[in-house]
Amino acid sequence: MSGGAELFPGPDRDAAEEILGRYPTAHRQSAVLPLLDLAQRRHGGWLPPAVVDAVGDYLGMPSMRVRELVTFYSMFHDRPVGRYLVQVCRTTPCWLRGSDEVLAGAREELGIAPGETTPDGRFTLVEVECLGACADAPVVQINDDYHERLDGERMRAWLRDRRRAEDD
Amino acid sequence: MPTLSIDGTEIEVAEGTTVLRACEQAGVEIPRFCFHERLSIAGNCRMCLVEQVGVPKPLASCAMPVTDGMQILTRSERVQAAREGVMEFLLVNHPLDCPICDQGGECDLQDQALYYGRVRSRYREAKRAVTDKDFGPLVKTVMTRCIHCTRCVRFMDEVAGVPELGTMGRGEDMEIVAALDGCLHSELSGNVVDLCPVGALTSKPYAFAARPWELSHTESVDVLDAAGSAIRIDSRDGRVLRVLPRVNEEINEEWIGDRSRYAIDGLAVRRLDRPWLREGGAFRPVTWEAALAAVATALQAAAPERTAALMGDLPGLEGMTALADLMRARGVASVDCRQDGGAFGPGEPASWRFNAGIAGIDRADALLLIGTNPRREAPVINARFRKRWRAAGIPVARAGPVTDLTYPVTELGAAPQVLAELAEGSHPFADVLERARYPLIVVGSGALARPDGGVVLGLARRLADTVGAAGPVWNGFSVLQRSAARAGGLELGIVPADGGLDAGGMLAAARAGGLDFVYLLGADEVDPDAFRDTFTVYQGHHADRGARYADVVLPGAAYTEQAATYVNTEGRPQQARPAHPPPGDARPDWKILVALARELGSPLPYESLDGLRSRIAAAVPHLAHIDQLPPPAPLAPFGDPDGALDAAPFEEMVPDYYRTCPISRASATMAACARAVADA
Repeated sequence: MSGGAELFPGPDRDAAEEILGRYPTAHRQSAVLPLLDLAQRRHGGWLPPAVVDAVGDYLGMPSMRVRELVTFYSMFHDRPVGRYLVQVCRTTPCWLRGSDEVLAGAREELGIAPGETTPDGRFTLVEVECLGACADAPVVQINDDYHERLDGERMRAWLRDRRRAEDD
Repeated sequence: MPTLSIDGTEIEVAEGTTVLRACEQAGVEIPRFCFHERLSIAGNCRMCLVEQVGVPKPLASCAMPVTDGMQILTRSERVQAAREGVMEFLLVNHPLDCPICDQGGECDLQDQALYYGRVRSRYREAKRAVTDKDFGPLVKTVMTRCIHCTRCVRFMDEVAGVPELGTMGRGEDMEIVAALDGCLHSELSGNVVDLCPVGALTSKPYAFAARPWELSHTESVDVLDAAGSAIRIDSRDGRVLRVLPRVNEEINEEWIGDRSRYAIDGLAVRRLDRPWLREGGAFRPVTWEAALAAVATALQAAAPERTAALMGDLPGLEGMTALADLMRARGVASVDCRQDGGAFGPGEPASWRFNAGIAGIDRADALLLIGTNPRREAPVINARFRKRWRAAGIPVARAGPVTDLTYPVTELGAAPQVLAELAEGSHPFADVLERARYPLIVVGSGALARPDGGVVLGLARRLADTVGAAGPVWNGFSVLQRSAARAGGLELGIVPADGGLDAGGMLAAARAGGLDFVYLLGADEVDPDAFRDTFTVYQGHHADRGARYADVVLPGAAYTEQAATYVNTEGRPQQARPAHPPPGDARPDWKILVALARELGSPLPYESLDGLRSRIAAAVPHLAHIDQLPPPAPLAPFGDPDGALDAAPFEEMVPDYYRTCPISRASATMAACARAVADA
């Protein structure tokens, strides 16, 4: 077990210790999901293999077990993603309420297909299954925020505004 | 103890029993893919569904603990329908390529599809295809066939202790992957082939070699290490095509090491299949008569005190007995079964046996390893150490070089001096052993083959007394042998008589021109160059080191070709059985020696295998009790605890796990494994 100094430098060290403190000391491994989340936030929204291994070392887990988790949970990314991760829900309620149009709007505005990242590295577009906000369908999750009751045009507008705001 | 009814029959089972186990106890078979007795419960294949009366949904019986008063139905229409549904889902993505699949004929999925499969598929969509993975030279992958039972992942994680397999992704995208392409870094990796219930993981060297129904099965015992694992030899047309483990709870449970399983291609190459005679520096094939006459002439010309016989790592009791009898009848004192020079106390069985017994490991509550790397010397025994550590978290310490044994080890360093501290009781780990109820002290055979082997033996023995490890109820003083022949030779008392030379003495004498005749029975781990000027007879099955400078080569049989008794490291005699006759003119070892004795004009007192075995039983009665542990050895002190230890550290005795004997050195598969490990 390494001290995690390189993995979680500076203030993140305290955050990591706080997360570990939530679990019994004999079960450090229980902290793996929140620590992976912390690590992902500190490494540009994705988990490079070396970081995954480092989390395993930090918790005394075989790196294979950590890799399994990273590939199992859709919230973890083992490949680089854009600064804005646009996750369009396509499960039945959203679909009935027009998620196809929302997705089409995002595709047109960004010029990429689901699963792709814009060449400038700013936006990644993906389709996901139920985000659990069906009452306000159709729903898109962008990073940590939900955008609800969207349509194609509102989707485009949001992306356009974001891009302009960044360009300025 | 809860009572439940299974298909209307009442049965009482132990608390915590699962429904699947209870059904087995009631004699009801439950189909399964992911469940395996020796692995943790995964509960992911759903094939073991049963019905509980009053419960709306079927239960996965492998993961459901029994409760009192449960009424289980295993043959209802609902159960049949549920299992047919599971099977239909499993077959959604499983290819129907049984005709070109090596698992065909011994496939759980194929067998169970007979009972739970639909006649026609209703599935019209595309099947998924999965890229094959590179698991190295032993395990072939056809990943599209994988049904994600995760037995291989759990085996590597839990039993092998090398967590290199894992599941990536989920649902339809789930795949089994290895941490590194090119090889699995475990000496037990071949067992995942046996565990795989479908044809996703099959044996690479055996690919497309045979169908299971074409093979003859011979139940035998492995000799490529000293554990004496139970094996089944599958052969066809006079050729061993594969070796599989058999269950023996007392030794290998149901695993075997990769060398034991995969070195068999070495049995078909570099074989000595006819007698050879060296003339003018070159070998010439000769008849048995000419070869035996040449040996007899040379033996008769040599004075007994300038004659020696040395046994190697692979001969059985019968061959060694015949050679020792022949030599002793001629007054030859220099007869030794310890080609590596191990300092086992002659006449002290406790000094060469794994006295605690391999099953005794399951009781040990503290373990000290002295000069041994059990992972390479006996992988199934190391798996048992790991199993014990997993079950009870026992403290383990080692005096020897640092290697990964797959469980945590307190390193005491490789310098042998630590033994003296332990034996005095002044080392902290001596306290750990002393506090343990079943302390286990395992001494490697390599540590005893050092120049100061007698001192190491004596100190380890004294340590056993210091910490109370050697008593009449529990004798935790245990020697881990590396070669299948050694314990047997020692049980037979094949050590030099008074005035005779041991293995080291023979080599020194030969180099100094003091030997006229030496008989090597499968002795390949000595420097054959020493016998350059000595008339050397090599009897064995491979043209390896021992045959290099021989004057006469007598072709013997390998362990798959002759009836022979082997004594494992515990002192347990077991019988190897021939799967087919030896190749060409080769003969069973004992027959060659009986014929030689006749040629010498002084026949041995037996002419048959039964006669020879009676002779062994008369000399050492417990060797006739096949498969039984020997009676406990007396607890006399032995070794030389007051001698001086060398400064040299304990060394790794098995630098290359894959090539340790003439058979494995001849194996292309083993060479490929050694390369894969070196490259990785």
